[in-house]
Amino acid sequence: MSAAPHAIEELTRTQEPAGWRSTVGQFVRQRPLGAIGGAIIVLTALLAATAGWIAPYDPLANDYAAMLSAPGPGHWLGTDAFGRDVLTRIIYGSRTALTVGLGASFIGTTFGSLIGVGSAYFGGRVDLVTQRVMDVFFAFPVIILALAVVAILGTGAGNVILAIATPMVPRCARVVRSSALAVREMPYVDAARAAGFGHRRIILRHMLPNVMAPILIMATAFLGEAILLEASLSFLGLGVQEPTAAWGLMLRGAAVEFAESAPWMAIFPGLAISLAVFGFNLFGDSLRDALDPRLRTQ
Amino acid sequence: MARYILKRLLAMIPTMLGVAVLIFLLLRVIPGDVVEARYLTQGSQFQSQELMDIERAKIGLDKPLWKQFTTWMGGLARFDFGVSMWTDAPITQEIKLRFALSLQLAPMASTIATLLAIPLGILAAFKQDTWVDYAVRVFSIAGLATPSFWLGSLMILAMLIVFKWVPPMVFTPLWVNPWENLAQLIWPALAVGYRYCAVGTRMMRSTMLEVLREDYIRTARAKGLWMKLILTRHALKNAILPVLTVISTEFAFLLGGLVVTEQVFNLNGLGMLFVEGISHRDYTMIQALVMLVATAFLVVNFVVDIAYGWIDPRIRYR
Repeated sequence: MSAAPHAIEELTRTQEPAGWRSTVGQFVRQRPLGAIGGAIIVLTALLAATAGWIAPYDPLANDYAAMLSAPGPGHWLGTDAFGRDVLTRIIYGSRTALTVGLGASFIGTTFGSLIGVGSAYFGGRVDLVTQRVMDVFFAFPVIILALAVVAILGTGAGNVILAIATPMVPRCARVVRSSALAVREMPYVDAARAAGFGHRRIILRHMLPNVMAPILIMATAFLGEAILLEASLSFLGLGVQEPTAAWGLMLRGAAVEFAESAPWMAIFPGLAISLAVFGFNLFGDSLRDALDPRLRTQ
Repeated sequence: MARYILKRLLAMIPTMLGVAVLIFLLLRVIPGDVVEARYLTQGSQFQSQELMDIERAKIGLDKPLWKQFTTWMGGLARFDFGVSMWTDAPITQEIKLRFALSLQLAPMASTIATLLAIPLGILAAFKQDTWVDYAVRVFSIAGLATPSFWLGSLMILAMLIVFKWVPPMVFTPLWVNPWENLAQLIWPALAVGYRYCAVGTRMMRSTMLEVLREDYIRTARAKGLWMKLILTRHALKNAILPVLTVISTEFAFLLGGLVVTEQVFNLNGLGMLFVEGISHRDYTMIQALVMLVATAFLVVNFVVDIAYGWIDPRIRYR
């Protein structure tokens, strides 16, 4: 494969100090969709960071006088069956979504890339065994594996992160491994080995940085997926638990029961999920185009 | 070729065994078991330990793990999945009832997805960086971003509000009343199909982009062939393989049931059975379901691999 040397060339080229302003400007001009995605991500992050100040109400405060009230001046997006403000809970929900998304994606790609690079580096029997184990994990649907892990660890945000990260590890490992196989044949890896460096140093300092492009691509792709998966688990009642504000959780229970009379409960949190994931995917796609020269826009 | 097929079939065995061991152990690590789950639903958590132990002995949960595993494996080898720990009904029967649903829903969703994905992907690649491409990309990325279960509830909601009509909530087999059946199943098929189509479209677009840059495409254009012919004859054949893989992988997992979307449409499918099985700690049921999905996945992968050689004669099997 001749793609890998180019990938490395491209990477080093983009890493040249060009001033972040012009880099951002160039990205916006060349990849308008990616820029829109980036803007959505920034917006979500801002919402999460400033939720305490900008949210009009307390996310947990029940207002029994205003249960199931329609969107209006008091409650822009209406209230739920407990009289909690939907807008406020959506704003606070971005915290859950980002925490779970970032956490799961970070853990998943970290373990995945270490396994992938290690497997490629050691090769031989280690590689064979790792690949067979990965095959086993691949035969499990993502949601089933996540459900099983939740059942073992219990519900709650922390456990949900681990549950979502689990199915990501083998997928990341496989992608990273194939890139790392090409990197392993590079002269500088030989040189490092000849210089007598230990396995750990070669893997972490010489190989890992050179497969950063696929890792970054996987990480952004996982972010959106993790948010979706968290929403699915919470919707099933097996994810984040009440009274925490989480988008998937808001679509559950009363939102289904009162869908006809209070459709805002069923519509807006779902919109928030879609929009956030949409943003991450748009951005991730453009990032992939920028980092993967094979699919590059000419 | 025959050798290759045999080799591939044999290679499935260790993977299946791995899946079996993994799910077997995972289930036993989950706190609680079916006996406790049953007493909890009956509201009497103060059952005596002896009584619970008797119940456990009845379904063989008192045996050592290796014994439980070998008993299960022995059954599997004879295609005997045993009985559900929760309902005592034979698992084959429980699954058969619901598999009809998946067996219909999965092809429906796949057909919708494939029919949309391939033309859309080709179009986007061919018109790269025009508004057509942007529109297709936004459509497909939105498909990946929209939770199928939410899309499903929006569909029901929209039909309820606009037409004052909801799809039938009771499953009617296709051969009993095809119209009723389609009126119910077309919606979940669409809800799942959108995401599915998005995956396919993106793959089609990116492989097509790669192929369109090949020299032989330039040659074909230079000699003045119609673009339509180039796209369908020259490019599609070379770009379709990865698309086939993603479409069939999704298909295999759809066969295993729609864990979340089934809840929205009140479909009593394999996904529902799975979620119930987990909460009931119905080991035998979950084990059977997971083996079913894994088998579907491996068999579909195998078929795709064989199909590769048929579509692309350059691929040689060793």
